[in-house]
Amino acid sequence: MSIASTSVIQIMPRTRRGVELMLLIIAIGVSVGAYVNIGLTVQDKVPASTGYYAAGIGLLALIAHLALRYRAPYADPVLLPCAVLLNGLGVAMIHRIDLGLEAIAIANNRTPKSPAAPQQITWTAVGIVLFLVVVLVIRDHRRLQALTYTAGLAGLVLLVLPLIPGLGVNLNGARIWIRLAGMSFQPGEFAKLCLVIFFAGYLVVKRDVLTLAGHRFLGLDLPRARDLGPIGVAWLVSLGVLVFESDLGSSLLFFGLFLFLLYVSTERAGWLIIGGLLFVGGAFFAYSAIGHVHKRITDWLDPFSIDGGQIAVGLMGQAWGGVLGRGLGQGRPELTLYANSDMIISSFAEELGLTGLIAIILIYTLIIERGLRTALGCRDIFGKLVATGLAMSFALQVFVIVGGVTGLIPLTGLATPFMALGGTSLVANWAIIALLLRISDQARRPQTPAAPVSDETIAMAVQKQ
Amino acid sequence: MNSAIRRLAVAAIILMLALMANSTYLQAFRAGDLNGRNDNRRVRDSQFSVNRGPILVGSVPIAQSKPSNDRFVFQRTYPQNIAEAYAPVTGYYSYLFGRAGIELSQNSELNGSDPSMAFRRVVDVITDRRQQGASVTLTLNAAAQIAAYNGLAGKTGAVVALEPKTGKVLAMVSRPSYDPNQLAGHDLNKVAANWKKLTEDKSRPMSNRAIKELYPPGSTFKLVTAAAALSSGKYNPQTQVRSPAELDLPQTTVKLPNENGKNCGGSDNATLTVALRNSCNTAFGSIGLDLGPDALRDQAEKFGFGERQLPELGAAASQFPTDPNAPQTAQSAIGQFDVRATPLQMAMVSAGIANGGNVMKPYLVQNIKTVDLKTVSETKPESLHQAVSPEVANQLTQMMIDVVQNGTGKPGQIKDVQVAGKTGTAQTTPDKPPFAWFTAFAPANDPKIAVAVMIEDANVPRNDIAGGALAAPIAKAVMEAVLGQ
Repeated sequence: MSIASTSVIQIMPRTRRGVELMLLIIAIGVSVGAYVNIGLTVQDKVPASTGYYAAGIGLLALIAHLALRYRAPYADPVLLPCAVLLNGLGVAMIHRIDLGLEAIAIANNRTPKSPAAPQQITWTAVGIVLFLVVVLVIRDHRRLQALTYTAGLAGLVLLVLPLIPGLGVNLNGARIWIRLAGMSFQPGEFAKLCLVIFFAGYLVVKRDVLTLAGHRFLGLDLPRARDLGPIGVAWLVSLGVLVFESDLGSSLLFFGLFLFLLYVSTERAGWLIIGGLLFVGGAFFAYSAIGHVHKRITDWLDPFSIDGGQIAVGLMGQAWGGVLGRGLGQGRPELTLYANSDMIISSFAEELGLTGLIAIILIYTLIIERGLRTALGCRDIFGKLVATGLAMSFALQVFVIVGGVTGLIPLTGLATPFMALGGTSLVANWAIIALLLRISDQARRPQTPAAPVSDETIAMAVQKQ
Repeated sequence: MNSAIRRLAVAAIILMLALMANSTYLQAFRAGDLNGRNDNRRVRDSQFSVNRGPILVGSVPIAQSKPSNDRFVFQRTYPQNIAEAYAPVTGYYSYLFGRAGIELSQNSELNGSDPSMAFRRVVDVITDRRQQGASVTLTLNAAAQIAAYNGLAGKTGAVVALEPKTGKVLAMVSRPSYDPNQLAGHDLNKVAANWKKLTEDKSRPMSNRAIKELYPPGSTFKLVTAAAALSSGKYNPQTQVRSPAELDLPQTTVKLPNENGKNCGGSDNATLTVALRNSCNTAFGSIGLDLGPDALRDQAEKFGFGERQLPELGAAASQFPTDPNAPQTAQSAIGQFDVRATPLQMAMVSAGIANGGNVMKPYLVQNIKTVDLKTVSETKPESLHQAVSPEVANQLTQMMIDVVQNGTGKPGQIKDVQVAGKTGTAQTTPDKPPFAWFTAFAPANDPKIAVAVMIEDANVPRNDIAGGALAAPIAKAVMEAVLGQ
């Protein structure tokens, strides 16, 4: 009688594409509203580029929506609108900072730089194209498991690309960019995606070995020494990224991701503790041995020690925003260095205030939790791990960059997903969202129903007894 | 696996909550501190773009904001012909170098950010009006200020005039002065160059000598010594005081001579009145020895020594030495040794005597009014100390009248007005010219003004320096400017 008493999560097999469309319209409306608001405040007119912007964001979002309807009808309905809203707000803020920088340049008799917002819209288009490719070409995420080692290799190659002389460039103290055909890329953004697939594929195969017998120590099940191999490699690789590319954020991200997936696949808290200790050790080593890490930490502890320091100016911008913000177009975010990339969160906090910043953090939280929910509902281990990895990569990235900008932790140069100026990051994030949606379609899709059992059959079965 | 994923979900939420909590702390609680920082360009820019209220003397603005066509929207200006005369009071309002003077002390009222104007700001926001600051009306008397400024032309010195009954500052001038417009400009390179020039100028034009610098008050301090003597009960204006040409100082071989090297008024003994009339060092030196340092210090503090007046303008506290020995006490009694006073302090001594012994607290801001003329605040006169009894004040007044009528203060006489005053010439180091002082009030029977003039350097031969000759005519001009109205 009690057929329903299973622990499997029941997700109602409803597509909810209509809900997604409604949310999308709201997201587009808010973004375009922000854009127009900025024009009205800064230039006293509706910006001439409003049509371009609205059509860009709107059309791209609708195409993505139609692709989901067509190829992934059961996909999560919240993820796409969240991504569109963040992307749209990001472009609006980048446009706003364009205007601010232009005013400064004119005031100082310099020629203004070409605006960054149109560039970002173009990259949004590229991102949506990649989104479509992932949604339309990868019909089943489980096929990616076959690419485990290919992805791992690709991830490593992408990671070391910036170290190749002539290809990699040093920018703002970190060697995480490559320049190809006059354009800059940040290969680490895609390495993240590749490594999540590799970690997941690897752990699906090895989880039994890793879960098997270990030592019990202080009530913890610690793995055997030789099983510590993978975590050691991950630790060393992330430390290598830190040392050779001076990229604090990415190394934290890669190491954190591997640790989380290891924990999820083995369900052993021991891994987290070992990983945590290794992280503390690595962090201490970095603090004492690597100059720029040391500087990042001293800047964090006393941001006002340097005159006009980036963090200090950003903190003052956020303070200037206060609880309700100066209003879009009414702050001075352009005074902060990298206001439209690394520090874009500070720009939002200044103009939209604490209220706006919390709303933005909540949207990220929604993406993260929806991603983890996808992992919960996913029926295969590989999918679970990939979804967890992608969701947690958002969590780590948002925590590291927002925490850095708001002074909670030392600042590291990670991109703010979907918002920060930067093509590679934007495109990679669209691919990640596409993959999450693809997995969620799989997770929410009704299982092939068993042949219906008629009352007659039951009656016959009862009679036979 | 799912339980591990759920735990990660909780961990992720905790991370996000930490971000929100930290931002709340930053933007809601720490914001005030950060917005108050001097290096905060956002706050500075926005304040620079506010329609800042004017600083008024009477109804004439001595600082006001005018619309400008650049990024700051408003330009602070100080009327060209009188800017330098008022500079020690107005101070400056500079993008690069902050604020000084009234521009600094009344900043929140002038830019309209003061809590007392919170309601007005809300109305401005609702009606979409630009925030506009309040006007600050000063107690200054324009005629007195200009007379003092012109009187100090070509000299280094300061003038302070007070209204004895209230403590209102009627004039405050320091020369050489500077033009605050040079620092308020929007061409920041030019402003920086001007600043460099002003701060490197050896004549220190930006120093407010009227209240911020301390000088030996010299013989004007004899008013304090006389006040202590009369208050002690041991002396009255007719008491004979030992006044030889030179006073033997105990414990040393040094002698304290009179300025002219002669005894006081033809005899080795003189009445207190005669001693003040001729400003005898020996007489007051021996009074100082008689009363002791504590009585002198006590009297000085009752006139305001040891306290900062007008602290909002960064005034210095005048000093009486802490523990002088006997010869030092004799020196201190005539305003030498380590006695140091601001011109404001010496004006307060005169004003206190003029006001029946009651020293009023000096103030510069008469009232603050919003743009629609609602009064935000109005300063009420406040008594500081009863320095001497009305009887002693009256005795001192009579002695000071005598100084101007028959003694060293003759150059301070005003036709048909009884002036009470005291001269001073203070020695510092042999390589520096002595300071010429004059402090006075008038009319003696109903004082409208008390004034102190200090001249640090007048570009005249050393022997010609005397408080009476140099400083008294300036004090006279300032008093006439007020009484003539």
